Amino acid sequence: MTGRPDIRRYPGFAAMAALCLAILYVPLAVVIAYSFNDSTSLTNWGGVSLRWYADLFTGVEAPRFRAAAWNSITIATLAATASTIIAAAAAVAMVRGGRFRGKGATFALINLPLMVPEIVTAVATLIFFSTIGLMTGYLTILIAHITFCIPFAYLPIAARLEGIEETFEQAARDLYATRAQAFRLILLPLMMPGVISGFLLAFIISLDDFIITNFVKGAGMETLPTAIFGSVKQGIKPNILALSTVMLTVSILFVTLSYFVNRLGQRSRA
Amino acid sequence: MDEVVAVRRVVKRFGAFTALAGVSLTIGQKQFFTLLGPSGCGKTTLLRCIAGFEDLSEGTILLEGRDIAGLAPNLRPVNTVFQHYALFPHMTVAQNVAFGLKMQGMAPGPRLKRAGEMLELVHLSGFADRLPSQLSGGQQQRVALARALAPSPRVLLLDEPLSALDLKLRQAMRVELKQLQEETGITFVFVTHDQEEALTMSDRIAVMSAGEVRQIGSPREIYEAPVNRFVAGFIGETNLLPVRVASFAGGMARVVLPGGHQLTCPGAQTAPTGTPHVSIRPERMTLVPPGSGDLDASVERLIYLGTDLQVLARLADGTALHLRMQNSARATPPGAGSTIGVAIEEGAARLLAD
Repeated sequence: MTGRPDIRRYPGFAAMAALCLAILYVPLAVVIAYSFNDSTSLTNWGGVSLRWYADLFTGVEAPRFRAAAWNSITIATLAATASTIIAAAAAVAMVRGGRFRGKGATFALINLPLMVPEIVTAVATLIFFSTIGLMTGYLTILIAHITFCIPFAYLPIAARLEGIEETFEQAARDLYATRAQAFRLILLPLMMPGVISGFLLAFIISLDDFIITNFVKGAGMETLPTAIFGSVKQGIKPNILALSTVMLTVSILFVTLSYFVNRLGQRSRA
Repeated sequence: MDEVVAVRRVVKRFGAFTALAGVSLTIGQKQFFTLLGPSGCGKTTLLRCIAGFEDLSEGTILLEGRDIAGLAPNLRPVNTVFQHYALFPHMTVAQNVAFGLKMQGMAPGPRLKRAGEMLELVHLSGFADRLPSQLSGGQQQRVALARALAPSPRVLLLDEPLSALDLKLRQAMRVELKQLQEETGITFVFVTHDQEEALTMSDRIAVMSAGEVRQIGSPREIYEAPVNRFVAGFIGETNLLPVRVASFAGGMARVVLPGGHQLTCPGAQTAPTGTPHVSIRPERMTLVPPGSGDLDASVERLIYLGTDLQVLARLADGTALHLRMQNSARATPPGAGSTIGVAIEEGAARLLAD
């Protein structure tokens, strides 16, 4: 109609799309399917069962997984909370702070962790901790996670904030609200969808991180990704498939939630 | 009349750009005061200076005699109706209207009662529990008014509040705004670029351009006695005729029109600078037989305007002239190319200061 070519009619489009989707998702589908396998084998199908999910809680490795899950969830919660607060403050300063010297540099610094290769950050962080003499463990993981989660929390918050007209705060100030009241009663509720979205994103990023965590965790300390890795080194057992499926589900849930919270905010703004 | 707001030599610069170049004016008690000018003339900047959203580069602003130049917006007893209303989208209509009262520390009972009264005042009683997004543009406008009026400000500032409404609603809101101002007795400072809006509602108008006030007066004064070319040209239609000043004393001048006819006209307090001009409104001139009026001109074109006919003519020296004649069966319009005489009503020509 408007002369835009229909991409579905490109020669080979269907085959290319199918190939890409297969490469991306067939391995995931296999993992999910075999997590419900009743057999101890990874290749032979022995009927549908939830035994490997039960094994996560009752099996030989259950205590290890439980401790790792506890660490992962508490670290993700704390890291997401702290990084969201820092990111929100940074976003307010960047978007509402007017023009100031080094604004471009500040923006680059906030978002640098997205661009620096993770392995470099991991090595640097480990060197840093050992230089200042901080014992590696729960605390070092938490500090590292807070740091690299900031840009992930920052982006949705800043995007949301940029869409909020400054006249709302001015109207509040005009109606006798102090600076703090205008922030708490007007700006914060309006930017909340971005904040929640940023928190959920940061949570997932923290929950999922392996490289940096593996460097700074120290001996005896495990999060779910490092526990899975440790377990896989001795051969893949089906319980790992079950654990992976659980993590995948949690991730999808959070990302979807983040998406809808953002959408909801967009609609209420109109 | 007691002055509520006194703006004294206010200068506002944004970097190298001067938005206000030394503005002074006073606004009286219970006045409907309009800041009128083209976009970029500084009228909104001045409003924002009074509200406290902009710091002054120079000068002071007094509110009831008190210097408010350094005060934060929340410490000034003035409220603003924003151009796009800025209603809080996450609060109901009633919560919006009660917001200022809440910030002032009024208890929930009295403030909801007051919000109800304000909504009644703007004819929106049944809408208290709606969200702003569920209202039409005109209704949002009224909520913004109610919200700004609820804390009984000393001065209500309105930043082009009608510009987002369609024509019919805009005309209805003009009458309503004026009524509201008279009912509440609150001083209104109204910013607009629409001269018709300014003329119909204001008690006093300050015409601004390029960061300066060019004239302050009642709508009638501004329209009928413009003091300079900018004001004469910006408000309504006018004819600017170059003249020679024969004598000048006490605001009355004897001028020689193109074609040699002499005219006594009121106008500028000081002798004009540069080429003197007089301003004559098109409707203050009448067609007469050639040679019997103040000017002779040749007709170039007739434009049909419904109630009126616009006659576009040219003087012998090339100056364009346009005048109006009523579209009536009794008057025969002149043909294009014919010569007409033009009589200027007594006092209709104003000598301009520049």
